[in-house]
Amino acid sequence: MVLFSECFSFKSLLAKIHIRIIMPIDKRKAGEQGVNESAIVLEHLVKKFEDVTAVDDVSLQVANGELFGLLGPNGAGKTTTINILCGLTKPTSGSATVGGYDVQKETAKIKELIGVCPQETAIYPYLTGAENVELFGNLHAMKKDTLKTRRDMLLEKMGLTQDAKRKAEKYSGGMKRRLSLTLALVHDPQIAFLDEPTAAMDPQSRHAVWDFIKELKKEGKTIILTTHYMEEAEELCDRVGIIDHGKLIALGSPKDLISKGKVSNLEEVFIKLTGRKIREEI
Amino acid sequence: MKLQRVIALTKKEIKKTVREPAVLFMIFLFPVVFVFAFGAAFSGSGQPTYNIGVVNMDQAYSVNASQLLLTGMSDTKILKLHTYVDNQTAQNDLSQGSIQAVMIIPTDFSQSFTSYQAAPNNPNAWTNATIALYLDKGSLVATQAIPPIIQQVLTAMAGQNQQALSIPFRLETASLVEVKSPSALDFMAPGMFTFASIFLIMMVAQSFAQDRENGMMKRIRITPTTPTEFMTSQVISYMLIALVQAILVFVMVYVMGFRPDVGIPIYTFAFLLVLVFSLSNVGFGLITATLAKSSSAATGLSFLFVLPQLFLGTFVGTSLSSSAQIVSKFVPSYYVTDALTSLFLRGAAITSPTILLDAVAVFVFCACILTAGIILYAKYYKI
Repeated sequence: MVLFSECFSFKSLLAKIHIRIIMPIDKRKAGEQGVNESAIVLEHLVKKFEDVTAVDDVSLQVANGELFGLLGPNGAGKTTTINILCGLTKPTSGSATVGGYDVQKETAKIKELIGVCPQETAIYPYLTGAENVELFGNLHAMKKDTLKTRRDMLLEKMGLTQDAKRKAEKYSGGMKRRLSLTLALVHDPQIAFLDEPTAAMDPQSRHAVWDFIKELKKEGKTIILTTHYMEEAEELCDRVGIIDHGKLIALGSPKDLISKGKVSNLEEVFIKLTGRKIREEI
Repeated sequence: MKLQRVIALTKKEIKKTVREPAVLFMIFLFPVVFVFAFGAAFSGSGQPTYNIGVVNMDQAYSVNASQLLLTGMSDTKILKLHTYVDNQTAQNDLSQGSIQAVMIIPTDFSQSFTSYQAAPNNPNAWTNATIALYLDKGSLVATQAIPPIIQQVLTAMAGQNQQALSIPFRLETASLVEVKSPSALDFMAPGMFTFASIFLIMMVAQSFAQDRENGMMKRIRITPTTPTEFMTSQVISYMLIALVQAILVFVMVYVMGFRPDVGIPIYTFAFLLVLVFSLSNVGFGLITATLAKSSSAATGLSFLFVLPQLFLGTFVGTSLSSSAQIVSKFVPSYYVTDALTSLFLRGAAITSPTILLDAVAVFVFCACILTAGIILYAKYYKI
């Protein structure tokens, strides 16, 4: 039985290797993969910072077009995982691919595929909202006309059209967060990493962002959403992975996790798994 | 390299400069570094020395008076004499800034001295002689300090007493008998070009530290922008800023009366030199940003590079002590100011050895400092 299992694994590995070798590199882009192929694959991913293990042997796969939620309290390892997937941080061990590209060897290719909304509100305060969007469109080498159309459309959807010509430093906190999200998506990325996109947002802005994220999903984008708002994950995510102290402690659809845990919401799932509330550590 | 990205980032940097003029003041570190740099520049143990070119045409009479004069000058320990066989060679060195004055001892100097000794109280019996003195028009100190020293030696030599009222030989300083006397501004103007550019160090350090602090550096790293594209945009931005600075400084000094008698090629070369110099300031800025943990710390730390360059290599450092003069050779601003002084005030040609040497020094300094800045910053904070 063990031998059979080993043979099976080996065959799977061979099959994977076979696919990777015969497929031309630009065909491995996420958008051209089959529906069932994974946009993101993490295999035994570990990241240590001196004596602290921020990501501890995490393995998971995110399918193309899936909206995947990475849940956990602050310091659980969510942002470190995102940073590894974006090519900002190198893993200590294990491997990860985004759109079929290795995060350690093919970061340039990955950067063309992804859009990242970082946890902190990262915008240029001395530029106007429109200028911020244009800058990032240009950094993704977008065509002038496409950029203009996309800029206007996104600012409209984010409710920022009227303030597009104002300096971003004059924006409210919620407006800045929405602008930050716009910058991540201006180039219409196939895979979006949204790190706490609604943190510190007022309820109105939060619901506007939720609607926008739902639209992205309808467009077939793969979205990795990190949040510590459990209701947000329940509302938006196809599947969630709960991370605590760097370990992936639960994986499944919100409904499955709730029903398996025999609880009423994801917050209670977390309490059941860890013995504490997720917000206690925020 | 995609030009679209470089242009976008350059535009962003220029907008930042226009919309957020970063003129911040460092409260604690500034006085410390100021006192240090000021002390190093002006209170060195060594006395300043001036190099004097001597063209001795004196035909020794019964007494070799020119030799007495030269010995007297050497004994002051302030004047270092260099002998030239002809005026032209000496003038060439003066125009290159190698010496601060040229003294021509006339053929009848010994005769004059002898006539004075024979009848010290009868001026009618004297043979009058004129010593011509050409001074470095690029040095305020040279024009003010050298003539009185020589005059003092002459007086002492003739009367054996500094109270002597009249002597047969007089000192005629060439630069001071010109129609247009150079003003203090003329002496300081070349240093002002350098001075303005030095403050780029603070701007670059603040900008990089700030972008790192607010997460923008990380955000740019997530885009397909390459480090080369990013650094190219920064270099172009700050060169443009340096150019505008240089133009503004030029307009200002021109309005104030600085009118060097040079052609467009000299101006173009001077501006080019300032632009290259601005790159070394970008390098210093990057080194500062590497050392600083925050943008406010970057402002303070930048003075570590700003002040030495300011005191040792601009108009501030025109009267450096001998030890400070040696130290000044290690700051790039010294070479820029020296070259601009030679070009604008001494009338040196672009192809003259001093200008070429200064230009090479500026290029080498800039290449090394910019490379060090990029390597250090990239090592500790990824670009």
